[in-house]
Amino acid sequence: MTRYFTEDHEWIEVDGDSATVGITDYAQSQLGDIVFAEVPAAGATLKKGGDAAVVESVKAASDVYAPVSGTVIEGNAALGGDPALVNNDPEGEGWFFKITLSDTSELDSLMDAAAYKAFVDGL
Amino acid sequence: MSTINQSGWKPEMGSAGETGPATYTGNKALMLEEALIFEIGTTGTTGVDLADAPKVTPRLGNLARHRDIGLPGLSEPETVRHYTRLSRQNYAIDLGFFPLGSCTMKHNPRLNEKVARMEGFADVHPLQPVETVQGALAVINELAVWLIKLTGMHGVAMTPKAGAHGELCGILAIKAALEARGDPRSVILVPESAHGTNPATAAFAGYAVENIPATSEGRVDLAALKARLGPDVAGVMITNPNTCGLFERDMKAISDAVHAAGGYVYCDGANFNAIVGRVRPGDLGIDAMHINLHKTFSTPHGGGGPGSGPVVLSEALSPFGPIPFTERHADGRYTLVEEETASARHPHSFGRMTAFHGQMGMFTRALSYIMSHGADGLRQVAEDAVLNANYILRSLEDVLDAPFAHSGPCMHEALFSDNGLADGFSTLDIAKGLIDEGYHPMTVYFPLVVHGAMLIEPTETESKVTLDQFIGAMRSVVQRAKAGDPMLKSAPHHAPRRRLDETQAARKPALVWREPEQAVAAE
Amino acid sequence: MRYLPLTPSDRQAMLGVIGAKSIDDLFADVPAEARLDGPIHGLPNHASEMAVERHFSNLARQNMTASHTPFFLGAGAYKHHVPASVDHIIQRGEFLTAYTPYQPEIAQGTLQMLFEFQTQVARLFGCDVANASMYDGSTACWEAIGMAGRITKRSKAVLSSGLHPHYVSVAKTMAQYTGDTLDTALPALSPVTDSARLLDAIDGETSCVVVQYPDILGRIEDLSAIAAKAHEHGALLIAVVTEPVALGAIKAPGEMGADIVVGEGQSLGVGLQFGGPYVGLFACKEKFVRQMPGRLCGETVDAEGKRGFVLTLSTREQHIRREKATSNICTNSGLCALAFSIHLTLLGEKGLRGLAELNHGLAVQAADRLSQIAGVELVNDTFFNEFTLKLPKEARPVVRALADRKVLGGVSLGRLYPDVDALANGLLVAVTEAATMEDVETFATALQEVLA
Repeated sequence: MTRYFTEDHEWIEVDGDSATVGITDYAQSQLGDIVFAEVPAAGATLKKGGDAAVVESVKAASDVYAPVSGTVIEGNAALGGDPALVNNDPEGEGWFFKITLSDTSELDSLMDAAAYKAFVDGL
Repeated sequence: MSTINQSGWKPEMGSAGETGPATYTGNKALMLEEALIFEIGTTGTTGVDLADAPKVTPRLGNLARHRDIGLPGLSEPETVRHYTRLSRQNYAIDLGFFPLGSCTMKHNPRLNEKVARMEGFADVHPLQPVETVQGALAVINELAVWLIKLTGMHGVAMTPKAGAHGELCGILAIKAALEARGDPRSVILVPESAHGTNPATAAFAGYAVENIPATSEGRVDLAALKARLGPDVAGVMITNPNTCGLFERDMKAISDAVHAAGGYVYCDGANFNAIVGRVRPGDLGIDAMHINLHKTFSTPHGGGGPGSGPVVLSEALSPFGPIPFTERHADGRYTLVEEETASARHPHSFGRMTAFHGQMGMFTRALSYIMSHGADGLRQVAEDAVLNANYILRSLEDVLDAPFAHSGPCMHEALFSDNGLADGFSTLDIAKGLIDEGYHPMTVYFPLVVHGAMLIEPTETESKVTLDQFIGAMRSVVQRAKAGDPMLKSAPHHAPRRRLDETQAARKPALVWREPEQAVAAE
Repeated sequence: MRYLPLTPSDRQAMLGVIGAKSIDDLFADVPAEARLDGPIHGLPNHASEMAVERHFSNLARQNMTASHTPFFLGAGAYKHHVPASVDHIIQRGEFLTAYTPYQPEIAQGTLQMLFEFQTQVARLFGCDVANASMYDGSTACWEAIGMAGRITKRSKAVLSSGLHPHYVSVAKTMAQYTGDTLDTALPALSPVTDSARLLDAIDGETSCVVVQYPDILGRIEDLSAIAAKAHEHGALLIAVVTEPVALGAIKAPGEMGADIVVGEGQSLGVGLQFGGPYVGLFACKEKFVRQMPGRLCGETVDAEGKRGFVLTLSTREQHIRREKATSNICTNSGLCALAFSIHLTLLGEKGLRGLAELNHGLAVQAADRLSQIAGVELVNDTFFNEFTLKLPKEARPVVRALADRKVLGGVSLGRLYPDVDALANGLLVAVTEAATMEDVETFATALQEVLA
């Protein structure tokens, strides 16, 4: 399994032709307490870079973009009852959705962990 | 001696330096806790005596309401006390300095309240025959004339109910004008520093919204704007003076460029207070501008409204303005142009925005304020508002980062950032510290273009003594934020409530009161 | 100038601190061609408090007021007695001169009041939740149609012919720019509403059905069948209440399945004021709360665990979400919401029911008396405090002739529906607790004379 990152602070962990997507620890720390997350429904088709989910803190709302194109397998239902998961475990239990990749070559443009760390350090 | 101090009454000072114990009631002398009406009232209590209803056979179909509604009542004394206690937990202009940037919290003259309550205005129905409401129509018309002359515009739509409703009026007029010439366009340009209502309004009217960049001075980037103009741009929405507190020097050039490209210029007039009587927006090429009567013209904010947002319109847009409106005839008589007469008198109107004639109760107040000041006084209003803001800017810029202080004088408000505070300290902490000092904080975290923005608008109704006290308090709080005073992180300490848990409120919204057992069951 | 505290020497001293020579220096960014060199010509200068008051007194006297005339107008704005304590409380500076409660630690008064108001409105309408108010009933109605569109992702709204024509006009104004389609119709002078038309029109494209209750002609009909049909097709039922006092007597729309209930709150606490400011009421089912427009107040606790209130779910709103907001509304109608809430607290359930019974009783008696006049027919089988009469001639000139006799005798349908011949003889008559049976008798006599 390989984990990639975007400049918009999403992470994607790829396992074959499916993957799990969430927002990074940096992103959650910038947002503050997450109070609401809206995740895509199974079966939704997403385009790389398009709106995929919404994450809200008390005073800010952000769109989560799809790091890759594909079809949603499952949205993380647990976030509905406990949006704080995104704060407490952003890159684990606080995942947003699972997706079937339609074009694995889209991963080529993403960053690996080291590149993302350098990117964040530069912000 | 006779009997020595029979009652035993010996005044004494007590011992100094002790913090008081928690009280049984939770009250702290004049700071009084108050329960909800649902906890102190009952559905069987009423504070109103009514005549007996005549005995009739009901004509309600089969729809009589049998189930309990759950509306508690209080007797009149309990009611007056309930709301009086609540009122004392509010900050207000009547209590102190309220420098909320972009909101123009000025003194609300009580004469305005008195005239608005005259029966001839307060107790007339919007659908009475026009012959019976000539005085009310005269008020609307007189205010309209003032607004047109003060702005140098061609016409005015009086019905919009608040600033954002006025924005919608202006954008709909633009859309109607473009459609009338067979040139529907799809984009409205809005600067990043704009009030959130601007992009929300444009989107509501079906436009795509694009940002216009700002210069390092905090003004609209004219070159970038010009580069973006084209046949798809319906118009721009510019706030002038802008939300960084600066006058848009290039406003006329912006208007000319937008007009040359076939678009229209909307001006957010939220900050008109800075220029009333000194500058007429009509001279800057504006096509539409709303005027918040509750800002510039002092109608009370009332804890969040009602507002009133008449929109002045250029000659090009006036034919498209909403109905109804008043018309004055040569004989001094007033009539209304509404659905019935619109096709003859105002055929291009985009339609109606509200059920009746707008915020009459605000019109009387605003006209009273305007007449009290007159042309000379309104000019002085702008001058004093700008003078007060610059005084604050220059008295604080040595302790607080003022990102646009080099851009020239500010207008009615001074903008600062959180740059330079101790690690972990933010604009929020300064705001909460000011609460303990007895002030309403400035606008915080707006405009978005400045990190940790603090936008201070003193208005013209504050004295130099008040400003000097505020400047002293602000300097003290800022020094504490720079020094990392931990007591500031937990401020306010002296308000009716400490910091409130907004995260919990948003994660588990409780928007209505539920009986305790119901609340438990719902969890 | 009485409202401006700075003295000439203050101004000089402050210019010195700023480092400016004159006030003109501070306006240096204004291009020279746009600078005015003195007060605007053709406008009067400042005036004393007495002079201004005199001017307004003179204008006020030119209006015929509801309290000094037999008065029977309604059609979305009603004359009710407002207890003296309501106006006293809303004039307290802490309510009157406060702003939107952005700093909750020093705005608990407004916030708790809003929480109480939201609860009162939700209960009155039979809904789960309500917001902190809208501008008025007509704009609340439009916002509800927009909200239904967001929820259902559909754009066809079916409007009852009994919806206030000005509310329909407002919706039409907005719809022409948002791409929504509105299925509308004119009412008929009939005892029954057009619910059959609504049931027929609901299909898989419908976002919502909008029904006024009681409707513009005063008729009351059960909404349950419309709700059921709407829900069957994935559409919402929006109920519009322009006379909230009626809900002290008749079933709440929420009880009959309405998804969103909006209304005009003017009847309670606010007064006629020639049409504004009024207060829009907005309530809905809890599951739709994130699609609601406007401010919402919610309960929470402070750092010491004490109960407190804050504005919440703000991410729906324009100041955060900007072009993706649920509405562009910012300022609402806070002080009118306070007046509404105080009046309803004074009434309580007992008082509201008593007030409703009184209104209905007087209206029944008035309807019976007026329909005895030769040629005058009562259109309604059902009504609360407002009903429609069919006159033997055009109603509009009759209303004017009544005004000449110092009777404000209702709203002609010709005013509301100009150029619709089938409605021209309709006269809408509202009878509240403010009318006496003597007023009704004066009205009946005058009407008889005018019709003769």
